[in-house]
Amino acid sequence: MRIACPFCGERELGEFSYLGDAAPRRPHYAVDDGSDPVKLAEAFHDYVYLRDNVAGTMREYWYHGGGCRSWLIAERDTRTHEFKSVQVAPGAGASVTSPAGE
Amino acid sequence: MSGYIESQPLGRTAATEDAAANTPAAGATQSHRLRAGGLIDRQKPLGFTFDGKAMTGYAGDTLASALVANGVKLVARSFKYHRPRGIMTAGPEEPSALVEMRGGARREPNTRATTQELYDGLCANSQNRWPSLRRDFMAVNSLLSPIFVAGFYYKTFMWPAKFWEAIYEPMIRRAAGLGKSAGEADPDHYDKVWAHCDVLVAGAGPTGLSAALAAGRAGARVILVEEDTQLGGRLLSDGGEIDGMQAAEWVQRTEAELNALPNVRIMKRTCLFGVYDGGVHGALERVADHVPVPGPHQVRQRLWRIVARRSVVGAGSIERPVVFPGNDRPGVMMASAVRTYINRFAALPGRNVALFTNNDDGWRTVEAIHRAGGQLAAVVDPRGQAPVEYQSLVKASGLRVLSGFVSDVRGGIDGVRSVTVTGKDGRRQELAADCLAVSGGWNPNVGLSCFHRGRPEWREDIAAFVPGDCPPGMRMAGAAEGTFALGECLRAGHAAGLAAASDCGFTEDGGSAAEAGDEAYAISPLWQVPAKGKAFVDFQHDVTASDVTLAQREGYESVEHLKRYTTLGMATDQGKTSNINGLAIMAAVSGRSIPQTGTTIYRSPYSPVAIGAFAGHNRDENFHAWRLAPSHQWAAARGAVFVDAGLWKRAQWFPQPGESDWLQSVSREVNAVRNGVGFCDVSTLGKVDVRGGDAGVFLDRVYINAFSSLAVGRARYGLMLREDGIVMDDGTTSRLAEDHYFMTTTTAKAGPVMQHLEFCRQVLWPELDVQLSSATDQWAQFSIAGPNTRALLQALCDPDEDLSNEGFPFMGVREVKLRGGMKARLFRISFSGEMAFEISVPARFGNAMAENLMIAGKPFGVTPYGTEALGVMRIEKGHVAGPELNGISTADDLGLGKMMSKKKDFIGRIMAGREALTAPDRQVVVGIKPVDRNRRLRSGARIVPKGERPGPETDQGYTTSICFSPTLNHWLGLAFVQRGRERFGEIVRIHDPLRGEEYDAEICNPVFYDPEGVRQRG
Amino acid sequence: MKYSIFSLARAALTGHRGWTRAWRDPAPKSRYDVIIIGGGGHGLATAYFLAREYGIRNVAVLEKGWIGSGNAGRNTTIIRSNYMLPGNVGFYELSMKLWERMEQDLNYNTMVSQRGIINLYHSDAQRDAFARRGNSMRINGIDAELLDAAQIRKELPFLNYANPRFPIMGGLAQRRGGTARHDAVVWGYARAANDLGVDIIQNCEVTGFQRTDGRITGVETTRGPIGAGKVGMAVAGNTSRVAAMAGLRLPVESHVLQAFVTEAIKPLLPGVVTFGAGHFYISQSDKGGLVFGGDLDGYNSYAQRGNMPAMEDVCEGGMAIMPMIGRVRLLRQWGGIMDMSMDGTPIIDKTPVDGLYLNAGWCYGGFKATPASGLTYAHLIARDEPHHEASRFRLDRFLRGATIDEKGQGAQPNLH
Repeated sequence: MRIACPFCGERELGEFSYLGDAAPRRPHYAVDDGSDPVKLAEAFHDYVYLRDNVAGTMREYWYHGGGCRSWLIAERDTRTHEFKSVQVAPGAGASVTSPAGE
Repeated sequence: MSGYIESQPLGRTAATEDAAANTPAAGATQSHRLRAGGLIDRQKPLGFTFDGKAMTGYAGDTLASALVANGVKLVARSFKYHRPRGIMTAGPEEPSALVEMRGGARREPNTRATTQELYDGLCANSQNRWPSLRRDFMAVNSLLSPIFVAGFYYKTFMWPAKFWEAIYEPMIRRAAGLGKSAGEADPDHYDKVWAHCDVLVAGAGPTGLSAALAAGRAGARVILVEEDTQLGGRLLSDGGEIDGMQAAEWVQRTEAELNALPNVRIMKRTCLFGVYDGGVHGALERVADHVPVPGPHQVRQRLWRIVARRSVVGAGSIERPVVFPGNDRPGVMMASAVRTYINRFAALPGRNVALFTNNDDGWRTVEAIHRAGGQLAAVVDPRGQAPVEYQSLVKASGLRVLSGFVSDVRGGIDGVRSVTVTGKDGRRQELAADCLAVSGGWNPNVGLSCFHRGRPEWREDIAAFVPGDCPPGMRMAGAAEGTFALGECLRAGHAAGLAAASDCGFTEDGGSAAEAGDEAYAISPLWQVPAKGKAFVDFQHDVTASDVTLAQREGYESVEHLKRYTTLGMATDQGKTSNINGLAIMAAVSGRSIPQTGTTIYRSPYSPVAIGAFAGHNRDENFHAWRLAPSHQWAAARGAVFVDAGLWKRAQWFPQPGESDWLQSVSREVNAVRNGVGFCDVSTLGKVDVRGGDAGVFLDRVYINAFSSLAVGRARYGLMLREDGIVMDDGTTSRLAEDHYFMTTTTAKAGPVMQHLEFCRQVLWPELDVQLSSATDQWAQFSIAGPNTRALLQALCDPDEDLSNEGFPFMGVREVKLRGGMKARLFRISFSGEMAFEISVPARFGNAMAENLMIAGKPFGVTPYGTEALGVMRIEKGHVAGPELNGISTADDLGLGKMMSKKKDFIGRIMAGREALTAPDRQVVVGIKPVDRNRRLRSGARIVPKGERPGPETDQGYTTSICFSPTLNHWLGLAFVQRGRERFGEIVRIHDPLRGEEYDAEICNPVFYDPEGVRQRG
Repeated sequence: MKYSIFSLARAALTGHRGWTRAWRDPAPKSRYDVIIIGGGGHGLATAYFLAREYGIRNVAVLEKGWIGSGNAGRNTTIIRSNYMLPGNVGFYELSMKLWERMEQDLNYNTMVSQRGIINLYHSDAQRDAFARRGNSMRINGIDAELLDAAQIRKELPFLNYANPRFPIMGGLAQRRGGTARHDAVVWGYARAANDLGVDIIQNCEVTGFQRTDGRITGVETTRGPIGAGKVGMAVAGNTSRVAAMAGLRLPVESHVLQAFVTEAIKPLLPGVVTFGAGHFYISQSDKGGLVFGGDLDGYNSYAQRGNMPAMEDVCEGGMAIMPMIGRVRLLRQWGGIMDMSMDGTPIIDKTPVDGLYLNAGWCYGGFKATPASGLTYAHLIARDEPHHEASRFRLDRFLRGATIDEKGQGAQPNLH
């Protein structure tokens, strides 16, 4: 398996480590922002534990630790291992909405 | 009839003689060697032994061809019934002729005689027999075969239950297996390398050669791999005419042209065994399997990982046996193999050959035998007559052509004696013959096309499966794709080569395809001859046609069930000669079509690969990389004992003359620190430089405690959680400037923490102005600890440096100037509980720094200490480390819950609040000491309330970090105990059934030494 | 027909023509009390125990391909109960006890062979971790022994004792551990369940759930709709795909794990040896092949095949600890799709959907759990309450923080 790092070019799998699905976003909150603690805990539970576990094209995190140390988002088919695209990941995990505001 | 040398008595056996010293005269033993012809070098005779018997062959022979030339019929015993077996094929698909090669540490079981090149001094032995190949007692299994049918063991051996491990299974295990592996470490080396190309061509038969030539001419970077020693494929055996010249000449010219192309690389003795994702292909090069021992600095084999944008696979096809009684006897051979032995190796498998074929290609064998001057007993063809192009030959030679089937083969361990032919009308006749050549048609070698789980497709006209969906970028061509005629193969290879090159953007003139005739291939499918008797489908595993029928009867109808129930196709040949016949018979008995029945999944490797090759040089000391601390050389020179900590080698202790055990050394080191001064290389801790305007905010979010409030020039202990609320790591982080922090992590977690921090920075909070860089390898860092630390440092540092408590308070950090002008970072932090500093200099000065510490500290009796003493002192001080940071502890479990800020979000905060993680009865870190102070504690013992019976309900915790404390003069340690902090002073029972120990211990405060922390602030 | 040496000998007289199907090939009925989705070891064992222990015999097992075609047929056949944490310890020991009587229970020789398992250690820290695990086993009444280097050398003289990186200091042994013939376990449960009236329906893929007022009332399949009182999923590897049809999102990821077998050789390895520090474990099958494996490839996958880096990593581990297998040839590799749960521990529980039950998250350890998984899942389905030995394998443990994380890796499935 080879991954085309946008900075380093196509490199072998061994240079990368894997984190998984890039869909979950870390819930945003501030201390004492009035968030319902139960809802907040559920939101974090979903973020940390629940996964779509896509059978098909999945957006997922890879870390080029053996190269430029960039976090990347790849689109890859989990049924064939075929990479469709690889991009840098800035901000991909940041949530825009607060559970308190929902 | 004088085509071969007159038979010579084999006379001597070399069983008691030194084979090498008694090599028979060249040719003397080769009773079945033709006088002329073949691709062997008669100028280079080679001596070899099989089962101790000395024989000769020639350069260019395989072990199998040399055995054929020597008239050897019996080569092996089968897996289950121990039936005598000979040589069946002339290639890598061989199911029967497996031998043990070499000896001692190089003993190599299950080598196919058909692919093993002959070399002078080759020593091979038969296997899976006792006491000898000719008299094998295990052949008694054959008599029991009425009971030993497919899956019989699932129905019996169940009573009494204990007998399975004691009697039945050991018996089965001893009987099973084939050869014996070496008993000691493989002394040879293996290499692993990468190669990159545009077009990878596998197989150098007519198809592959055409493809390589076309792609090479078009300008693509081409790698051509061929598992044989020579290019040519079937052309080496069947010849033919190409572009008006003999095939051999065309191969030679083509090889020369390919060699002249700078963009083409030819790799012989290299087998493509797998295709993986992203165009990565696995290939094995046999570098030194054709010599007795690899040369100096030569590897035995080389594993190639070839990254190719496109591939053309011209893997050819495999001739298929026919299932009939007696089809496994020594002397029954595939027709194409008979031709290979005659044409390529000038060895005649039999003097009176019968041919059984259901297709036109089998008839080529008639010509080959005639040319060699051999005798043909008859041709048996269920179609009843010769193909048109052979009819004149039949007439001219008076060859007998029988319409019908071979329904039995008689013979013994020394080969075939006669062949029974049953006509279409049911009449039987017996023909004398010493060899039976069989052709059931050809199966395209589709394996590589299926390794991405593509399924092959059935083609009725050739009665065979052809490739279906290939892995990305792969083209199958020629016989591998079901195109058998020579001219067609040349054109198909050419077209595939051009297309592959064009896909990669290479469009120079690829020339035109070589030309040759398109011989017809007609076949009338024949899977199983309708006759009674043991008819084999899988020759190595002794799976018979009736086993297949039985599997169907019992409901194991799916081909995968068939395979698993009968072991069909699970032998070393992976069913190359048996799978299609097996599923065809299953199709027939279950009333389904062959394509409905389908194939099992093809699995890599295409051809078995030595485990050593996959490991390459990564074994012994090179198994994993070594990381050496910056003062490693210095420590090694002082005789330090080293311990592995992750990839690091760390000094564990420094034994002194007269010390008899580690405990003595470690206790001395601890005492030296507690009473004087010592130092320890702590450079293996992870170090991260954190810079930027938002560095403080960033650290606030990754640590549970605050760092933005940390003053410049100060250090603080920090704890970070995973997002699930469990402790991830700890360490000390210093603020070197307003926008510059220096973080340390544990040795074990340096990599994962860096990855985590980068995730937070890049993925979660890209808006923060913060940059990270790993500085683990850049700094040599030493902990200097003990009451005399300040005195030592004064001697090391510039006299102007104020190291007093006022000038350099506890948890202070700053850059200092050393005597001589060099700069260093100094941190006043303590892990030992003593007055201590850590000093950092660029890593290249690590050894020098250690020496300078020794010099500067000499007046104070400075003592280097290792990780053991470090560990003892941290346990005495109640600091948690690896055994407590176990991936399931919360901050509160470690007694650090109060550090969790309530004023900010940080990684793990919300999840850390879950009910089970904040339950009051959790196991928390406490101190533990034995009631009997002379008793030794051990780690991993269970803790049960005193007076209770140990069991799952009374199990309340366990000991983690244990040491002998030279400071307190008894064993002590840390433990996890339920509600432990409420139980200081309680006596509990320690249970250590693994080590047969049980005793009382007291739960106590984990800080055994200087609980007020006076010393580190002194 | 009962299997025994006598019936075998009798059958031999008639050329084995008298044997009948090991399990019937019925057409699906319109309705069952319980439908189990997934004809692997767990699904078939569940059906067997439903019929035998809980008297529920109107049961169908639906299998999309051939029974045993998932992980039951592509594992490394190891059985053991050497777990450490509460929740796991008792469950896997229950499983071990069921293994120990399986052949007599099923009248099928599944070749349960307690030749022992030894986990090697190479450092003080590893020894301490094994001591903790071994003592946890012992205090729960499970056999465990801590061996030193000399004892290991006596039993396994061919290991590499001179490896400068991983010197063998000792090992944790469980003598009752071993292997079983994986396919035979599937067939044995199928035959026994069939004999109790269970319908085993192959080539029948579930394509959807039927619901009435939120409650599951049946399934849609490639062979038509089938009604059911209760439906249990036992589709490890594809749990998320099947659960998604009922609108569930689970703490599970699918990952590929490769396994390997060599050409058959004469007996070499008595039991199972694991070299955790080098990501390698190995045993030898009765047929003679060395069966071995290592870590996950590391990325989400449904492809049932892996890549070379994992193969190389595993073989490097093998050569580091057992360099005498260098010339033994790797014959086949295969990949199974692991149901990796977020804490490395399985889930046996009801789902938020009424009438739908979940058996999932077996990670790389589902084979050894087969009998206990079947028994406890059958209990849950029959009684609507968890079996006491599986009472911690709950779906809400992630929300409550009661995860069971033997490896201490947290919510990162590819590290478990």
